[in-house]
Amino acid sequence: MNATAVPASRPPNLWVQVWEIPLGRAGIILLGIVLVLSLVGPVVFPFNPKDITSTAADILQPPSSMHWLGTDELGRDVFRETLVGARLSLLVGLLATAISITLGSIIGLLAGYYRGAVGITLMRVTDFFLVLPLLPLIIILAAIFGQSFSITIMVIGLTSWPSTARIVRSQVISLRERQFIERIRSLGATDLRVIAVHILPNVLPLIYANTVLVIAGSILSEATLAFLGLGDPVRVSWGTMLHFGFVAGAAGRGAWWYLLPPGLGIVLVVLGFTLAGHTLDQLLNPRLREF
Amino acid sequence: MNPALLSIKDLKVYFELRQGLPLPWREPDVVKAIDGVTFDILEGEVLALVGESGCGKTTIGKTLLRLIEPKAGIIQYRDQDLAHLKGVSLRAMRQKMQLIFQDPYESLDSRQSVFDILAEPLVIHQRVTQKKDLQACVFEALESTGLHPAAEIAQRYPHHLSGGQRQRVAIAAAMILEPEFIVADEPVSMLDVSVRAGILQLMLALRHQKNLTYLFITHDLSLAWVIADRIMVLYLGKVIEIGPSDRLIHAGTHPYTQALVSVIPSPIPDRSREQIILKGETPSPVHVPEGCRFHPRCWKFQRLGSPKECLTQEPDLRQVAEGHLAACHFLD
Amino acid sequence: MSTLLDIQDLAINFKTRSGDVHAVDGVSFQLEAGKVLGIAGESGCGKTTTALSIPRLLPSNARLVRGHILFDGVDLMQFSEGEIEKIRWKQISMVFQGAMNALNPVKTIGAQIIEPIVWHEPAIARGDANQRVLELLERVGIPAARARSYPHEFSGGMRQRVMIAMALACRPKLIISDEPVTALDVMIQAQILNLLKDLQKQMNLAMIFISHDLSVIAESCDEIAIMYAGKLVERGSIRKVFSQPAHPYTQALIRSFPNIYGKQELIHGIPGYPPNLIHPPTGCRFHERCDRCIDICAQSEPVLREVGEGQIAACHRIGETLP
Ligand SMILES: Nc1ncnc2c1ncn2[C@@H]1O[C@H](COP(=O)(O)OP(=O)(O)OP(=O)(O)O)[C@@H](O)[C@H]1O
Ligand SMILES: Nc1ncnc2c1ncn2[C@@H]1O[C@H](COP(=O)(O)OP(=O)(O)OP(=O)(O)O)[C@@H](O)[C@H]1O
Ligand SMILES: [Mg+2]
Ligand SMILES: [Mg+2]
Repeated sequence: MNATAVPASRPPNLWVQVWEIPLGRAGIILLGIVLVLSLVGPVVFPFNPKDITSTAADILQPPSSMHWLGTDELGRDVFRETLVGARLSLLVGLLATAISITLGSIIGLLAGYYRGAVGITLMRVTDFFLVLPLLPLIIILAAIFGQSFSITIMVIGLTSWPSTARIVRSQVISLRERQFIERIRSLGATDLRVIAVHILPNVLPLIYANTVLVIAGSILSEATLAFLGLGDPVRVSWGTMLHFGFVAGAAGRGAWWYLLPPGLGIVLVVLGFTLAGHTLDQLLNPRLREF
Repeated sequence: MNPALLSIKDLKVYFELRQGLPLPWREPDVVKAIDGVTFDILEGEVLALVGESGCGKTTIGKTLLRLIEPKAGIIQYRDQDLAHLKGVSLRAMRQKMQLIFQDPYESLDSRQSVFDILAEPLVIHQRVTQKKDLQACVFEALESTGLHPAAEIAQRYPHHLSGGQRQRVAIAAAMILEPEFIVADEPVSMLDVSVRAGILQLMLALRHQKNLTYLFITHDLSLAWVIADRIMVLYLGKVIEIGPSDRLIHAGTHPYTQALVSVIPSPIPDRSREQIILKGETPSPVHVPEGCRFHPRCWKFQRLGSPKECLTQEPDLRQVAEGHLAACHFLD
Repeated sequence: MSTLLDIQDLAINFKTRSGDVHAVDGVSFQLEAGKVLGIAGESGCGKTTTALSIPRLLPSNARLVRGHILFDGVDLMQFSEGEIEKIRWKQISMVFQGAMNALNPVKTIGAQIIEPIVWHEPAIARGDANQRVLELLERVGIPAARARSYPHEFSGGMRQRVMIAMALACRPKLIISDEPVTALDVMIQAQILNLLKDLQKQMNLAMIFISHDLSVIAESCDEIAIMYAGKLVERGSIRKVFSQPAHPYTQALIRSFPNIYGKQELIHGIPGYPPNLIHPPTGCRFHERCDRCIDICAQSEPVLREVGEGQIAACHRIGETLP
């Protein structure tokens, strides 16, 4: 109830805020390193998948000055392979997330804004997907539709949206009761306008935070699928590396250099996104912030 | 007397309270927020709507603007029935009626600049097409609500404004479509006393300039007395008295009105005044008392030895004097 | 009559990132036992800060710049934290606005009222303490049987009564109530005000009553202190100050309230807004908003002067004949 105008400064950029929290900073640094490596790495150290040797002396060799991280079961350089594999893992993660977030946000917005039959139906569908055991479903879908890069993306994107939908919906429900939304409605604005111009910008921060978390999940899902042999066999990703490593018996033959790099890559990327995502969530989630 | 701008007949608004599972044999509790009210709002007047918290003031205001769906009744606006308007025709009507909220901190979108807040109604109803005209309209609206310099204020965001300035922005946004009817829901109760007068003066000045009609919702009877032409007193979703404001304050006839007036604190210290302090609190609108809904707290009922009418029969609004009606079995 | 509370030249700053907020600056007043003093003024003028400084409940970024608070002749500012603990509740207790929403939801009303009693009077027998709780509840108009109820079973007005019962629990000499009726409905407000008035008379309590609503103060106090931007601008008996307000700010404030026993005219406001207390204006703090401002007002600060019997005000233009 203070009448004096407070010259409030705009809060600093979100990423700056994340940077100021140690865990968030760790996440950003991790992601930065991985991103730079995956973009620049393959340019500096090109990888040719067809560069296969037939000499047994080159197969599954431990790290040496020639091959910094040894060679795989076809005699290819694991270091270069890991750098390229990062690209595909990240790409699948990002594209699947784009589908998942778009779908989840739209469904969440509609389910929250329309409380009648539309809202209830959408929520039932969301709940249904939420309780489905995801991994078997993904496996079945991938098995049915075959193994390709785009199918993997679709399958992951179409199964991971419900959590986003739920989060967005609960935020929209509280927003639509707010007075400024009621004021806009009383002006005669269409529902589309209310949702697009007033509600969406207010849930956007929440969607951002969620996006980062979903990326982590998608990368993990891709790795899982590929590891199980359901990935695209002609492209290299961390998941397929693990898969072929296992098939070639790398573990049994003590070829740790073949399994460790992609495994560590996955762990670090997922950790990076999770740290950044949780920090964002902490900053943006009104419920957590109050305490 | 002016003709009626709005005629409300037997308006009812009920809310269902959901408790636990919606089992078919479990009757949901019903909040009878508005339980059959009939009144007119005259063209060009300020009608104050007063009553204790929870009596249904906001609900009436929002229902008139069709932000809440009525359960029954007629809301006649000139020759149209608002209660059953839909779609495009409802949106067209919305231009004629606007709402000003109590809390200017809550009623503006904090992500919009003042310019966008004011431009939005014009864009929604496609009133202006040229960018230049839009700017001219917005600046004029700002100037007319006392926000100078308009060009500078327009760039600010709500959190860069004081409470009074924000309420001016809310008023400007409500006025920009040149409405005929404004519902103002406690427009000054969140503001500091020194700022209130400015906002009220602004609202009354705009009323004369633009020929507006106001429904002014407040819990402050003394404020209603200075700004309204007529006052309507609500109790538990029913109108219990309505009349010219000075008459209602100084010659109110309903025992509830008399009690409310007697407890208005006054800045002239005078301890000899007799206060009628009602015991207890307003009953819940889920369980409205039988007969006259005010009888459990009525001092007259007790003084008269619990007459039977009050227990069994709901009193209707009756004329006390020209334009002054009250709903009590025992009007002097 | 003896002076119970004597506040001398109190000045309090708040440390903030943008600078020191001079929230209270040179406020003095006395309160006699059994009297009620109202403190009024716009939002942010330092009412709450003044009140909280007495039982030393200010937030941690507050700093006492100067001044003394004599309670029963001893300076509370010299007390250690432990000593002041003993004064709170037993000698001085408080009723806040909205405090009724701070009751513990999982404890019964009775259990919460008994807490300060057993805490401050460890020797008391359990039965006596319980007895006192029941008496207190009856006293504030709540049936004793409801001691076992939980806060959510009570309405806002009832919970405020509980807060008053708690404030009375250890039989203090002074009650500080900060906006005790502000969030309440008109009729409930009248009920609570009457209750406070009755209790104050019966128990001969001294009371500081803070409100932004002048008419509420007019109804319930013996004396009034008007604050503006951290300064005391006028003080005197209710009758005097309301009938012959001396300071232009007091006059403007009184005109900001409608009075149904006066003329039916629109209330007057005060142009502008209260100043920023990090850099308070020079001279009289009110001069920028004052319609009687002259050159000297912007340059030198007016001192409090006697303007009538027991009435003081700080304005350069007092004593001039009004136009
Ligand atoms: N959406 C709703 N669902 C259920 N009950 C409601 C709803 N809106 C209002 N009510 C109830 O209807 C009654 C009237 O509410 P309303 O908000 O109109 O009161 P009011 O007179 O504006 O009160 P106040 O002075 O506190 O603003 C209250 O009992 C309230 O609890
Ligand atoms: N903890 C704090 N830190 C910094 N400034 C503060 C703090 N508490 C209060 N202030 C400032 O000190 C001044 C006096 O505040 P105070 O709460 O005493 O005012 P008040 O008269 O009680 O106002 P209200 O009527 O709004 O309760 C205000 O300008 C306020 O912004
Ligand atoms: Mg209301
Ligand atoms: Mg305060």
